[in-house]
Amino acid sequence: MANAALDPHAAIATTASGVGQGVLTTADGRPLARALARSQGRARRKAFLLVLPLLAFILITFVVPIGQMLQRSFYNDGFSVHMPQVSAWFAATERGTPPDDAAWAALAADLTASAEARTIGVVGTRINYDMSGTRSLFTSTGRQVRSGIEPPYDQALLDINPAWGDPMLWSTMREAASPYTANFYLASVDRTRDEQGQIQQVEERQRVYLMLFWRTFWLSAVITALTFVLGFPIAHLLATLPMRKSNLLMILVLLPFWTSLLVRTTSWMVLLQQQGVINDLLVWLGVIGGGERLQMIYNQTGTIIAMTHILLPFMILPLYSVMRTINPSYVRAARSLGATSWTAFRRIYFPQTLPGLGAGAMLVFILAVGYYITPALVGGSSGQLISNMIAQHMTGTLNWSMAAALAALLLGAVLILYWLYDRLVGVDNLKLG
Amino acid sequence: MAVPTYASPLERVWHYFYLAICAAIFFFLIAPIIVIIPLSFNAAPYFTFTPAMRSLDPDGFSLRWYESLLTFGMQNPDSQGWAFWSDAWTNAKWVQAAKNSIIIGVFSTLVATVLGTLAALGLSRPEMPFRRAIMAILISPMIVPLIITATGMFFFYSNPCELLTLFGFSPECGRLAGTYLGVILAHATLGIPFVIITVTATLVGFDQSLNRAAASLGANPRTTFFKVTMPLILPGVVSGALFAFVTSFDEVVAVLFIAGPDQQTIPRQMWNGIREQISPAILAVATLLVISSIALLTTVELLRRRSERIRGVTPR
Amino acid sequence: MKTTLILTTALTGFGFAAAAQEVNVVSWGGAYEVSQVEAYNKPFTAETGIKVNMIAADNPATPLRAQVEANNVTGDVFDIEVSDAIRLCDEGALVEIDPADLPAAPDGTPAAEDFVPGALQECAVANIVWGTVISYNTTKFEGQAPSTAADFFDTETFPGKRGLPKNPKRTLYLALIADGVPAEEVYDVLGTDEGVERAFAKLDTIKADTVWWDAGAQPVQLLADGEVSMTTVYNGRIFDAIVAENQPFEIIWDGQYMDMDMFVIPKDAPNPEAAMEYLKFATGTQRLADQAKYIAYGPSRKSSASLVGLYQDGKTEMAPHMPTSPEALENAVLDDPEFWADHSAELTERFNSWLASS
Repeated sequence: MANAALDPHAAIATTASGVGQGVLTTADGRPLARALARSQGRARRKAFLLVLPLLAFILITFVVPIGQMLQRSFYNDGFSVHMPQVSAWFAATERGTPPDDAAWAALAADLTASAEARTIGVVGTRINYDMSGTRSLFTSTGRQVRSGIEPPYDQALLDINPAWGDPMLWSTMREAASPYTANFYLASVDRTRDEQGQIQQVEERQRVYLMLFWRTFWLSAVITALTFVLGFPIAHLLATLPMRKSNLLMILVLLPFWTSLLVRTTSWMVLLQQQGVINDLLVWLGVIGGGERLQMIYNQTGTIIAMTHILLPFMILPLYSVMRTINPSYVRAARSLGATSWTAFRRIYFPQTLPGLGAGAMLVFILAVGYYITPALVGGSSGQLISNMIAQHMTGTLNWSMAAALAALLLGAVLILYWLYDRLVGVDNLKLG
Repeated sequence: MAVPTYASPLERVWHYFYLAICAAIFFFLIAPIIVIIPLSFNAAPYFTFTPAMRSLDPDGFSLRWYESLLTFGMQNPDSQGWAFWSDAWTNAKWVQAAKNSIIIGVFSTLVATVLGTLAALGLSRPEMPFRRAIMAILISPMIVPLIITATGMFFFYSNPCELLTLFGFSPECGRLAGTYLGVILAHATLGIPFVIITVTATLVGFDQSLNRAAASLGANPRTTFFKVTMPLILPGVVSGALFAFVTSFDEVVAVLFIAGPDQQTIPRQMWNGIREQISPAILAVATLLVISSIALLTTVELLRRRSERIRGVTPR
Repeated sequence: MKTTLILTTALTGFGFAAAAQEVNVVSWGGAYEVSQVEAYNKPFTAETGIKVNMIAADNPATPLRAQVEANNVTGDVFDIEVSDAIRLCDEGALVEIDPADLPAAPDGTPAAEDFVPGALQECAVANIVWGTVISYNTTKFEGQAPSTAADFFDTETFPGKRGLPKNPKRTLYLALIADGVPAEEVYDVLGTDEGVERAFAKLDTIKADTVWWDAGAQPVQLLADGEVSMTTVYNGRIFDAIVAENQPFEIIWDGQYMDMDMFVIPKDAPNPEAAMEYLKFATGTQRLADQAKYIAYGPSRKSSASLVGLYQDGKTEMAPHMPTSPEALENAVLDDPEFWADHSAELTERFNSWLASS
């Protein structure tokens, strides 16, 4: 084992033999510092070699593909590639230059070429991302210029649609003339650019993403806390019961786990809705009147209950596997030294469960942040999360750049939290004391 | 878990209170599963306890959803005897889906668990360089929303050799998208973070001096790993593998993108057609899975007890 | 990695070796897929010997776009919504379809005139017309029954919760219709700020009483549970509940939202000839009429209407249940793909922002 070379006893022995010669050496006369460095290097290489296959695997099958995908969040050549002449004009002029004859001619030529190559939709879609309502301007103009367009081009285009004179449109096209853009990130934090290219907040009624980010993290934290409160006693019970009993109870934890997400979500609808099982039961028991059935689903409550249930095994199992390794004699020793059961739990038992708690909390929190199917089905109006928006941009509006930008922000935020968590708790060295 | 003999009366009360809480939480865990079993026998195509069911009228119940699991996709559902079963085995969509789910689940779990456990062993060594950054990379498949991951992977799996063009090669190689291998690799990627997190958590409490003791007693690294390390971290490895398997078994988004028509899985079959109707057939599937996993887990437990008895080990 | 590649090549070779005479059709799955298999695929295979592989997707436009961008097109025919068809066509992803290539109606009317307006696009041919309609549970309203879109917003007279989909496309129009805007003017009004304001103001009146649904499968479930007394729902699904499952539901056709599903063929489809063959076959007069036997969606050809017969139970006349029947068309809003291509992003954000605020 690599660690054998680092054995403290060996080091002490060699240190003793090296005393008095100024430089500490090992038994065979090499300087100790170098020997240690070498054996440490060997240990590092060994450790790294263990990780390497997986690292290579993840880099190839995950990081590269995701990198390509996230690149879309800042790189979109929909305009610049298909409208090369007018892009060149933008590159050659200052922001705020009103379109001159050269610009109009370039625009007309590009529109014609793009309409013939059937790429005008790509161009229109790209501009529409930044300026709503312009996509049809491009496609309908494209259809008309395909049959030919005569100079003067400014007049010809304005005749087709006066919207071509809109300074906001020219400003937006200038932005899009470079394939690199920050606009999708701006949109992801409810910001936009005005005519001068200045960043400003969008109108209040359009703001949605920041609020959803906040809600996503808040709900995930609540769910993590709930899974801890519910999972800890269960894991403790399972870990302390004799094997034969705990294995039977373990089935109760594993069963929901095997059951499809869709089935469990559906099942919660059956249980929680106003005409559902729980409300029926409460009415039958006379706890509530028939007219005051509780609204427990299609709102945040529903999301929290269903997601807590779905994620609970992710808290219980890591806690359980760590608690299993805790030696009960520590707690007994504490008790015999006069600690109350509470003190023994708080000072001796609980700290030893921290690695499991850390792992469980991380699993639950991160999974909760990325869930969208359950909130979509049971969340009602107040249970939408940011992942729902990402999914919607991926499958509904097909605005993959926006989806990538939102996902990159989400990924960034989670990595920052991960880093903070690592600083505060320590991912790998949740060591005991 | 018995109350220790030195417990005070207050502690006894607390102990029973604690047991009651645990019972309530177990009920919370299991209630949604209990509900689906009777509903899977519903005669109506809804997830509702109909008035007929409440009054225990036999007309309110039927086996139609179980039947549909076999007949859906069959060439000739009216045939009899052997022909019926062989048709169901080769053509029924749910049966195909079950086979695919198991193949893909087992292989992706194997890949994820082997690679993940090795890496966790390396990561938990104190001398591991860049540990935090590498850990962050390895768990990232869990963080990125699935829909993004699935699309990105689809692009990559459509032409896996494209990566090599960056280094100046331009080899032709097949696609991974639309193959079993592609889906298995994708699911393994998604399962790896679970293995990493649970195994490293178990290794934190692992006493490295045990390995040194084994080595000093003459065991080679392989023996040390299988005889000393592995048995101790096994609970973590098993729960990691379990997470990985369930991830694959319940994963639909990556399958939608990467799988071809031959790799339909159970979840994909379940989500299929959600625009029109979610058929209670999914409850029948769930019920069958519940029953078979109870049977499986009970068998494993009975076998374990039997081997303990034979080996003369007293159960803890 | 090397073994991986060898394995991959082996596996792909294996998987694609049998691709002689077949066509891959990507559709929506479920009952809709079943109707296509029965009405199109089975007779197609019987006639041409070409095998049809059905692949289900959540929304086929998503894998279509992914396949085109990844240069790995595996589907031959995709069944997508109009707005996606137009958009992907404008982006150059689809094969153009000449209406002259499509079979004429039995009486000789050329295809270009036989299809209903909007059913033939540059790169797409519609197969069905489907509606989003209001439906209510008759047991919830003793005496007076609701009959108009305005009644949907009248929770005083018609108490109970309402079900609405969680998107702007199928909610804003309904609010405007209920507020007295004639169907043909809905998009003109919605194109203005005041119009959008007006639609949201109307939605505000029932916001507290609304259960929002996400998947098309949900509203019928909500209605059957009694969780809502009225909801909007896809007409084929609710027909199935009423006729096949004998549920006490009624349809209100007033303020119907009509949409079409289109067949498209991507450029670089692996089996282009078979794909074209399939598309022509499936959008033929008889095939479209046959599909109505399995699901209550309307055929996109006028000549099919008279051929629509009985439901598969052998006794229910399908014609009055079609979203294209005269009664259903009286105050119907036809989907405007151009409008949504322009405004869907903006209105979706606005809608979500509205939804999230209390």
